Amino acid sequence: MKQKYLINAKIIDPSQNMDVMGGLIVDEKGKVKAIGKEVTKANIPSNAEVIDIKKNILIPGIVDMKTFVGEPGYEYKENFRTLSQAALAGGVTSVVSMPNTKPVIDNVSMVDFIIRRGRDKAKINIFPCASLTKNMDGKSMTEFGLLSDKGIVGFTDVIKTVQNTEVMSRIMNYAADVGVLIIQHVEDFELSKNGLINEGEISTRLGLTPNPSIAEKIIIERDLSLLEEYQCRYHINQISSQKSLEVIKKNKSEGKKFTTGVSINNLSLNENDIGDFKTFLKISPPLRSENDRLSLISGIKDGLINVIVSDHKPEDEESKRLPFAKAATGAIGVETLLPLSLELFHNQSLTLKKIIETLTINPSKILKIKKGSLKKGYDADVCVFDLNKPWVVKAEKLKSKSKNTAIEDRKLQGKVLMTFLNGELVFNL
Amino acid sequence: MAVIKKTSAIKNQPKHLLGIQSLSIKEARDILNEAKSFIKLNRSNSKKLDILRGKTQINLFFEPSTRTQSSFDLAGKRLGADVMTMNIVNSSLKKGETLIDTAMTLNAMHPDIIVIRHQDSGAPNLLSQKVNCAVINAGDGRREHPTQALLDALTIIDRKGKIEGLKIAICGDILHSRVARSNIYLMNMLGAEVNVVAPKTLMPNSIEKLGVKAFTDMKKGLESCDIVMMLRLQNERMQGSFLPSKREYYEYFGLTPEKLKYANKDALLMHPGPMNRGVEIDTKLADNINVSLVKEQVELGVAVRMACLKIYCKK
Repeated sequence: MKQKYLINAKIIDPSQNMDVMGGLIVDEKGKVKAIGKEVTKANIPSNAEVIDIKKNILIPGIVDMKTFVGEPGYEYKENFRTLSQAALAGGVTSVVSMPNTKPVIDNVSMVDFIIRRGRDKAKINIFPCASLTKNMDGKSMTEFGLLSDKGIVGFTDVIKTVQNTEVMSRIMNYAADVGVLIIQHVEDFELSKNGLINEGEISTRLGLTPNPSIAEKIIIERDLSLLEEYQCRYHINQISSQKSLEVIKKNKSEGKKFTTGVSINNLSLNENDIGDFKTFLKISPPLRSENDRLSLISGIKDGLINVIVSDHKPEDEESKRLPFAKAATGAIGVETLLPLSLELFHNQSLTLKKIIETLTINPSKILKIKKGSLKKGYDADVCVFDLNKPWVVKAEKLKSKSKNTAIEDRKLQGKVLMTFLNGELVFNL
Repeated sequence: MAVIKKTSAIKNQPKHLLGIQSLSIKEARDILNEAKSFIKLNRSNSKKLDILRGKTQINLFFEPSTRTQSSFDLAGKRLGADVMTMNIVNSSLKKGETLIDTAMTLNAMHPDIIVIRHQDSGAPNLLSQKVNCAVINAGDGRREHPTQALLDALTIIDRKGKIEGLKIAICGDILHSRVARSNIYLMNMLGAEVNVVAPKTLMPNSIEKLGVKAFTDMKKGLESCDIVMMLRLQNERMQGSFLPSKREYYEYFGLTPEKLKYANKDALLMHPGPMNRGVEIDTKLADNINVSLVKEQVELGVAVRMACLKIYCKK
């Protein structure tokens, strides 16, 4: 591979506090050789390839901490190839894959399969999670040590919460010693039983069983109490309400160390968008009130929430074309993660730096992976986007195999132009 | 030219009765006025009309129902429609066919109107998007039961002459009740004041935002009311521990002659049926024809459903 000079770019890399006009040099091995305002048109060797970024924004490739791949068992919803295409079109170069496949990724041979399969078929970096408990039954922990050795970056039951407090305390105790990352879905299943949407006027009007925010809060409180005893690496997968945020704030002020994520859906939509039983907006955790949405944004501002995820959950049309109670939960989102996040910049909710931080370096730090940064020596995974380009989301144009987007027909501003993986141009609008 | 095209497109779009929430006040009044004319007919010797001759009505019941189903059945027949009733307990839905597939299948038989009862809130809305005939909601989940509310309104008008200015108490399991929700919308729309009375665990969140006053005390909730609507304590939907016991419920929320005295002297009692005697209502009170409108409700239910079938089939 020839050396590449990406010049005339507005570089934003929060990992090195960089926000300058300049360029990036990719070496022959696809690593970052140099970055900054010193890289200009002036000093390019004759044998290097030059790409003019035309003053667009250049950031580290996005790290999406929650995606569902579909392999094995749900290939009809998504596979490594289609997920890669969708991700790259959205500037996402690394994804954390969820283990709630069929069968569940809870043992060493399944991990071998997913890593081999990912290496052969995916065109992005796959960082797999294994389940927290065997077969996600919430009863007995998986082999944290052995699975980590095989390349697992975190442990989660994805859509399930370990309900049994004794089991959870042992998991955290053991994980603290082994040093693995626990990613918890926070929901008390007794309180949220049959719950479909946020509790309030809308659930009453639509006659849908509510999923109250207390169900989320109570598990966070429980786990953070346990964290006081067993200081493991603990990450709350997604929160959705102001009440949860208050608990997080309180515990952070007490000095506890943990991290928190939020889905872009919960930052961009609220319960009113469900309208007349739109099943594409049936997601978990559910969309809540506008007040909750606004408090989640301020949670990011205050550093109480560290990561924005797509919560990419492909579902075929058949499983969505059902009465609301029976319809599948989840929405695709990996391709629209960045453009929809940019909406929060355009409507002056968040700074560009903050948004990019939550999509790149923050998840990488939590996962302890060498991604999300364009420091010298890092893989040249790069996303280039036009901050202002307007476009309209159309499901049929999205690259994911399933078309269940929650933001059909939404007018967005900002589009990915180019994506590089290890210095190779792998997506070009 | 373009304008003409547009109106004809709208004309072809069937109108549905999915809930009171999506009904205008004029549409509600039209149904009630139309229904009035059928009350007399139903009491006469010759009950059959041919308004809907040649029309096909399908009753699609996913949930067991006695009175609503027979009421729709009779209403369609009295108007001369060909009525087919499908109880889904015996159908291919048990074999894994989805609601939409069933809808498509039935749609291919060119019905003019489908009456649907379903355990999931919003199922009639989904159905209405997939068929090109009118859809009437005969009760969906805990969301709406519009024809029940309309027949309740007609019953009140028949006895009290009006609804405007009346005070109506709806008591019991509000949480699980579609009848309560539809009645709240309709009675409010027609100018009544509505109270709801229930134990806290059977009161839905933010119910006040639907335009009612909420009470947990029968004495306060029934004060100066003209109509007391009791709801069935829906045992089949009781998942979890909502109440300590039926006995305690009856003690505090069951309607007895003593509790009825909290309401106005000439207050009347209603119940959508089927009743749990001794659970939500005193058995003698339920049978007292001076205060109980239960029989009228059933009778006028047929008239209201005839009106709905006539109006929506036409559209």
